[in-house]
Amino acid sequence: MSMLVLEDVHTHYGKIEALHGVSVEVNKGEIVSLIGANGAGKTTLLMTVCGSPQASSGRIILEGRDITRDPTASIMRSGIAIVPEGRRVFSGLTVEENLHMGGFFNTKAEIRKSQDHVYDLFPRLKEREHQRAGTMSGGEQQMLAIGRALMSKPSMIILDEPSLGLAPLVIKQIFEIIGHLREEGITVFLVEQNAHQALNLADRGYVLETGRIRLHDTGKNLLANPDVQNAYLGG
Amino acid sequence: MAAHNLKHALFCAIVTLVIAYPILGFNLTSSGTNIVLEGAKTHTIGLVLLAAVAVFLFQLFRDNITGLLGKAPALNPLANRQPMEQSKRLKLESTLLTLIIVGALFWPFFVSRGSVDLATLVLIYVMLALGLNVVVGLAGLLDLGYVAFYAVGAYTFALLSQYYGVSFWFALPLGALLAALFGLVLGFPVLRLRGDYLAIVTLGFGEIIRILLNNMTNLTGGPNGIGGIPDPTLFGMEFGRRVKEEGNTSFHETFGIAYSSEHKIIFLYLIALVLAVITALVIRRLMRMPVGRAWEALREDEIAARSLGLSRTAVKLSAFTIGAFFAGFAGTVFASKQGFISPESFVFLESAIILAIVVLGGMGSQMGVILAAIAVTILPELAREFSEYRMLIFGAAMVLMMVWRPQGLLPMRRIHIELKAQE
Ligand SMILES: Nc1ncnc2c1ncn2[C@@H]1O[C@H](COP(=O)(O)OP(=O)(O)OP(=O)(O)O)[C@@H](O)[C@H]1O
Ligand SMILES: [Mg+2]
Repeated sequence: MSMLVLEDVHTHYGKIEALHGVSVEVNKGEIVSLIGANGAGKTTLLMTVCGSPQASSGRIILEGRDITRDPTASIMRSGIAIVPEGRRVFSGLTVEENLHMGGFFNTKAEIRKSQDHVYDLFPRLKEREHQRAGTMSGGEQQMLAIGRALMSKPSMIILDEPSLGLAPLVIKQIFEIIGHLREEGITVFLVEQNAHQALNLADRGYVLETGRIRLHDTGKNLLANPDVQNAYLGG
Repeated sequence: MAAHNLKHALFCAIVTLVIAYPILGFNLTSSGTNIVLEGAKTHTIGLVLLAAVAVFLFQLFRDNITGLLGKAPALNPLANRQPMEQSKRLKLESTLLTLIIVGALFWPFFVSRGSVDLATLVLIYVMLALGLNVVVGLAGLLDLGYVAFYAVGAYTFALLSQYYGVSFWFALPLGALLAALFGLVLGFPVLRLRGDYLAIVTLGFGEIIRILLNNMTNLTGGPNGIGGIPDPTLFGMEFGRRVKEEGNTSFHETFGIAYSSEHKIIFLYLIALVLAVITALVIRRLMRMPVGRAWEALREDEIAARSLGLSRTAVKLSAFTIGAFFAGFAGTVFASKQGFISPESFVFLESAIILAIVVLGGMGSQMGVILAAIAVTILPELAREFSEYRMLIFGAAMVLMMVWRPQGLLPMRRIHIELKAQE
């Protein structure tokens, strides 16, 4: 069963084409990793799924429904959540308030439940409940960004470089949580520079190069692929 | 460091001279039909030089001086206080507010007519500033044309009363709704813009409205304005000496008291007070509702807010429309208070002053904004003798404030919503 399908998606910034016909499929319950160099178009691909910018041609299908032309607000309310590149927590709000924003369209009872769940996943956030998010460390902010995305109880979560700028130990922790999310039945679409860990964790992987999918295979096969090793795993 | 400071101080002193000398150092005097330029008295030139020296010395020792300023806690005893617990703070705030409001209700009966009139103006500015606070302080949209909505409210009442004899109480909601409609219509095209661009477009909009009012002479009377705007009535009772409209009675006759022009002034003040309180309460309520949190989220980080499913347009439009609504409210009261309005009352300076109130008070903070509205309206009146230097003092106060308390008088403390309490 596919959760998300991109069919021959082209995306433009003004006249410049950033995605030249990308096709990706994410099945329910999978972790799919997308790796690629800086500027390959990974963020663009994720943002296109969210409808900002919209695809200039091709189709995006979420759980069997065509969302290519839907406005961002309605896409983001249909069971999909994104942890944007660079975390983007609300720095003036406390940890708790950030989480509540994540459950903006849910009832109070639902929010309370998801909040407890997030605190179970990240006990660190519970300790810092009333701290302003902007004053937390990078790792804590990343946890908060993930927690906030989980507040809406999404069936699929999209993560854009969650390991960006974090220490190895924190990265390990974040990847463990991502693995845990799969066990909870959440589909994960993960974009990473950290190719080794991302492919290790993933069921399947895609390699994006200058706006085109070069390779796609299982995570294990991609790890063993000499081209991938040369380009993304440091030889 | 010293060398750097010296260079900077010299530069500042020269700028002072360059600005001050041409303005103060020459006088235009008329001789016969001509106007001639004369050098000012040596006395004035001496003062200009003195000012330059003062600027030079201040800039030279700026670090020491600002350091001293920062070390003066006596200036603001509240600055380093521990934040109170939320529930306690809210209780204190509401008791304080209730006391103030009760005091404000009885106060006009004991003071002079002029004070009451001024207080009405203060309340109008309170309404305006609370409304703009939603747009700028909460939603983070820099609106430099806010006065346009004020004008729409005022002119709605003026025109409706002139052409259709509509009374204050009918015009009040109409003026506010029409202003809100203008907010909505303007909002659609401009809310895609951000920051500086939004500021410039709203600035333009404010001017367009004023110029329209100025030029549509056959409808609005152009620069001559509209006069004879009626006073509010109390259940059909008029406050004039003689009843103007058929079917109304007069206030002093109904109650069998002597006519006094003060009744009307106090009544207007009370109306403004009630409306200002309503404005504050409604906005306070909105701030705690989801829409209030959405404003804040969008101000904090637009991309993150959108990633959570908030619609950028809807959130911004709601802030813009609600802000405009209360400006319309204030405009109607203003028209009624003045009895005469013209485009002169709605110049850019008004927008700037309202914005200054919001910034001085502390963006987003209602108490702060109310305090600042009082200060900004009353201080110039108290310093009547210096009226020529009003803007100068105003500017100096702004600069000092921003050095001393960059977050405003009473920076906003957000109320967090207690989930656990609502079992
Ligand atoms: N808003 C924009 N306007 C114009 N061009 C853009 C915009 N955003 C991205 N691009 C361009 O699109 C291309 C892909 O950018 P994108 O951010 O998707 O890369 P990425 O794979 O996420 O890179 P990184 O790993 O550095 O985050 C780049 O050439 C970039 O310059
Ligand atoms: Mg990127």
